[in-house]
Amino acid sequence: MPFIPHTEADIQSMLAKVGVSCVEDLFDEIPGALRCGGLDKVADGLSEMEINRLMLERAEQDGRFVNFIGAGAYEHHIPAAVWELTTRGEFYSAYTPYQAEASQGTLQLIYEFQTMITGLTGLDVANASLYDGASGLAEAVLMAVRAHKKRRRILMPTTVHPVYRQVVESVVTHQDIAIEEIGFDQGAGVIDMEALERLDPSGAAALVIPQPNFFGGLEDVDGLTDWAHANGMLVIALVNPTSLALLKPPGKWGEKGADIAVGEGQPLGAPLSSGGPYFGFMCCKQKLLRQMPGRIVGRTVDMDGRPGFTLTLQAREQHIRRSKATSNICTNQGLLVTAATIYMALLGPQGLAEVARRSHANTRELVSQLSAIKGVEQVFDAPYFHEAVLRLDSLAVDVLRALEAQGIIGGLGLKRYYPELGDTILVCATETRTGEDIARYAKEMERIISKRRLDPPCAQKVVDL
Amino acid sequence: MLIFERSQPGRHNGAQFQPGDGDVSDIPAVLLREGSLGLPEVSEMQAVRHYTQLSQKNFSIDTHFYPLGSCTMKYNPRACNTLAMLPAFLGRHPLAPASTGQAFLSCMYELQEILKEITGMHTVSLAPLAGAQGEFAGIAMIRAYHQAQGDDQRTEILVPDAAHGTNPATAVMCGYSVKEIPTDAEGDVDVEALRQAVGPQTAGLMLTNPSTLGVFERQMQEIATVLHQAGGLLYYDGANLNAILGKVKPGDMGFDVIHMNLHKTFSTPHGGGGPGAGPVGVSERLAPFIPVPMVTEHYGEYRLLSEVDLPGTIGHLSANMGNVGVLLRAYVYARMLGREGMHRVADFATLNANYLMVRLREESFELAYPTRRATHEFIVTLKKLKDETGITAMDVAKRLLDKGYHAPTTYFPLLVPECLLIEPTETESKEELDGFVTAMKEIYDEAYSDADMIKGAPYSTPVRRLDEVKAARELDLVWQAPDD
Repeated sequence: MPFIPHTEADIQSMLAKVGVSCVEDLFDEIPGALRCGGLDKVADGLSEMEINRLMLERAEQDGRFVNFIGAGAYEHHIPAAVWELTTRGEFYSAYTPYQAEASQGTLQLIYEFQTMITGLTGLDVANASLYDGASGLAEAVLMAVRAHKKRRRILMPTTVHPVYRQVVESVVTHQDIAIEEIGFDQGAGVIDMEALERLDPSGAAALVIPQPNFFGGLEDVDGLTDWAHANGMLVIALVNPTSLALLKPPGKWGEKGADIAVGEGQPLGAPLSSGGPYFGFMCCKQKLLRQMPGRIVGRTVDMDGRPGFTLTLQAREQHIRRSKATSNICTNQGLLVTAATIYMALLGPQGLAEVARRSHANTRELVSQLSAIKGVEQVFDAPYFHEAVLRLDSLAVDVLRALEAQGIIGGLGLKRYYPELGDTILVCATETRTGEDIARYAKEMERIISKRRLDPPCAQKVVDL
Repeated sequence: MLIFERSQPGRHNGAQFQPGDGDVSDIPAVLLREGSLGLPEVSEMQAVRHYTQLSQKNFSIDTHFYPLGSCTMKYNPRACNTLAMLPAFLGRHPLAPASTGQAFLSCMYELQEILKEITGMHTVSLAPLAGAQGEFAGIAMIRAYHQAQGDDQRTEILVPDAAHGTNPATAVMCGYSVKEIPTDAEGDVDVEALRQAVGPQTAGLMLTNPSTLGVFERQMQEIATVLHQAGGLLYYDGANLNAILGKVKPGDMGFDVIHMNLHKTFSTPHGGGGPGAGPVGVSERLAPFIPVPMVTEHYGEYRLLSEVDLPGTIGHLSANMGNVGVLLRAYVYARMLGREGMHRVADFATLNANYLMVRLREESFELAYPTRRATHEFIVTLKKLKDETGITAMDVAKRLLDKGYHAPTTYFPLLVPECLLIEPTETESKEELDGFVTAMKEIYDEAYSDADMIKGAPYSTPVRRLDEVKAARELDLVWQAPDD
C-alpha cells in the first residue's frame, strides 16, 4: 500500500480499539444514497519505478529548446545550492509558521526575504509574498483603493503586461473599481504622456507604472510619479526584481517615491516550469502597512529575552478578521520565497547586478544582430532593459514556427495582445544566452526571412496568433 | 544570526557569475540606481551553512509528527518532487507554443480527468494557485452564473459559523455580503436556521464537508434541496476532501462548484506556507464560466483554452496556467496511488483519526462531539482542563513541541472553546499515534502536578514563547544595518 504503514495486525488492533469490525463501518454517518462506487476512470496505481519511466519518457518527448521569450518569466541561471537547500525536508514539508517556536527557520528566512526585497525596491516594508506578479498587482490595486478611501478608479497603462491587466480586471471587477487604460506612444513604446495629460485625474486613486514595461522599455518613472502625486494619486510600481540591481528603485522615483511596489518574483531563483509556481512580492511605505495583504513576519524576543521571529499584524488577515480581512489570501508562496532568499544570498549585490547587466547586454546584442537583417526592424526607440519588440516583414506566426523547427523559441508574437502592432515579436536574451545562441538565432532568422521574401509559401495558411 | 550579519564588504561568490563588460551606457543615468542593494556578501559555503542551519530550526513532516488539523500534513513522496523537477519540465517557458509541451500538457489533462472522476464534477480547471484563489474563482463563477440568468437580486453568501476564514473573506472580495449559519450541538449545520436564512437574496452557500468540526454533514441532501429550491448554488470547500476520497463525490452531494487543495489531498508540499494549488470543478451549468487557461485535448493534441474559446469565463486569475510544478507533483502522486490507493487514503486517514480519538478519550480528554464518528480529524476541547488547572490549548500546544510533536491546530474552529483540531493523516503509523497519546497524557498529568512548568513551555525549541505583543507594537519587519 503506497505510503500507508499499517500492518494487518495494526489494522485489527486499531479496529478493535475503535469498536468496529471493519474500516467501512467508520463511514456509517454518510447517507447510503450518497456513496459512490469505484473510481472507474482512475487507472491502477504505479510503482515508483513505473512512474519514473513514464515521466522520463514524457520529459524527453518534449525536448529542449533555446528560449528567447521573456514576457514576464525569465530564464536565469539558478545556482545548484538554491533548490538543493529549498527541497530539504525541513523547508519543503513544513507549513505556515503557526507555532513560531517550531518554525524559526522559515520565519527568520522570511524576515531576511523582507529585508532583501525592501532593499531592492527601496521601500520601507514587505510582506512574505503573494501568489504571483499578476495577482500581486490586483492586490496592489485593491490595497490602493482601500488606502485612498475616496477614489475607486485606477489608471492602467497598456504598457503593462496584457495578462496582468486581465487578471486585475477579473479580481477587482466585483468591487466597483474602474480601470482606465492609458495608451502608449507608438514611437517610443512607453506611456503616452500626452494621453495622460488629457485625462481627468481627479477621480483616480492610483497610477500603475511598469518598469521595465511589457515591451522592455523604460518609462519616465520620475515624471510619472510626480504627476500622479501632484494629482492626489498613489503610485503602484510594477517592477522586475533583477532589473532593480541596475535601475532606480521605486522608493526613489520622483520627489516622494512610489507608494507600493509589486512584481513577479520568478526571476529570483524560480525555474520557468511552464508558468509556476512563482511568487509575487509586495513592498510599501510604512504608512500603508496596515492595508497590505498577506503574511508579515516580525522580529521580537522570547521569554528569556532572546531574539526570535513570529507572524505579526495578523489582525489584517482572514483567519482573524474573516469578512473584514484585507484579502482572502491564506498563505504565501513559502517555498519560492525560500528559493529567492537563498538565490539573493548566493548572488549578492555584485552577482545580481552582473545578471542584470549581462541580460541587458545580451538583449542589445540580439536586437542589434536581428535588426541588421533585411525585413526585421526594432519597433520602439525608448531605452530598454532586457526585452525589445521587433517587426517582421513576414507573418510572425510562421517565422516563429520555422524557428521552432530549428530548436529555437524565437520570441512572443504580439498580435493577439496588440493587433495594432502587426507582425511583431517580443524578444529577450538573459545572461543564460551565449554569443553562439544569439548568432545561431540571427543566422536562422536571416535564412527564414529571406527565404520567405524570395519564395513565399504558395498556400500560406493565415493563422493569427 | 542573520545572513546580513555574516556579510563582509567585497566578499562574493565567484562561481555564480562571469564578469563581463555588461555595458549599460545606453540607459540614461537618471533611470539608474545609486547606492547599495542591501544584499548580503557571503561565500557559497557560508550561505549553504546558514540556510541549512535555519532549516534545522523547523519542525516538518519529514522530521516530526505534524497533526495540524484541516491542513492534511501527510507524507510528501520524494518521487513526486524528483519527477516534477526533471530539467525538461523546469526549462519550458510558459508562453512557449503548446507544440513544445505536448507530453507535459498530457499530464495536466490527465490530472484534470482524474480530478473530475474523484469529485464527480463536469469540468475542472487547474488554474487557481491556491485554495483561497480557488474559492475566489468558485464564488466569481456563482456570481457570473446569476448574472447570466439576469438575476441581480442575489447579494448574499451563506457560510456556516464553523467555516474557514477564507470563506467569508472570499465572498466579500467577490462583492457579496455574508450571513453566518449556526451549527447544532452535534456539529451539523442547523438546517432550520438555514431554511430561515435562504431567500431570493441568496447567491450561494459555502460548505466544507466533512466540516471543520471533523464530522460529516449528515443532512447534506436536505441542505442541497433547501438551497437549490431557493435558487442558490452550493459551493464545496475541498479542504477536507482527503476524508472522503473514493467514498463520496461532491458532485453526487449536489455541489455546483468546488475547489480542491492539492497540497492537502494530493500531498504536494506545504513548503512553509505554499505554493498550493486550488483547482476548481463545476457542474455543467457553470462550465461556461470556468477560469482560463484550462487544458483541452482534440484528436490527441493538447492545448490551452483561452477567453477566445470560453467567452463566458470569469477570466485569468494569474499570469500563467497555474502552479504547474505543484500540479505535476499531484499528477505523479495520483498515478502512484491509482484507483485503489485513492480509496485507501480515506480509509486509513479515517481509521487513524478514529483510533487516535478513542485513545485520547480513554486518557480523559474531552471530545467536542463525543457522539460522532471522527472523519479524518476530530476536536478535543480543553475547557475543563483550563477551568481546573489554568492550562490552555495554547499551553498544551507549546508543551507538545517539547515532547517532539508539532501541535494540532489550536483555537480553530472558533466555536469550540480551548480546542485542538487533530488530523493524523493516513501516512502515520500506529506507533506514532500511540507515542502522541503518551505525550498528551503526560501533559495532562503535568497540568495537574506542575502547571507553572507548562506555562513556561516550550523549553527545547530554538526560542521559547515569543512576545507577540512586542512584535506587533514595536514593529521590526526589516533588518537595519547598525551603522544606518
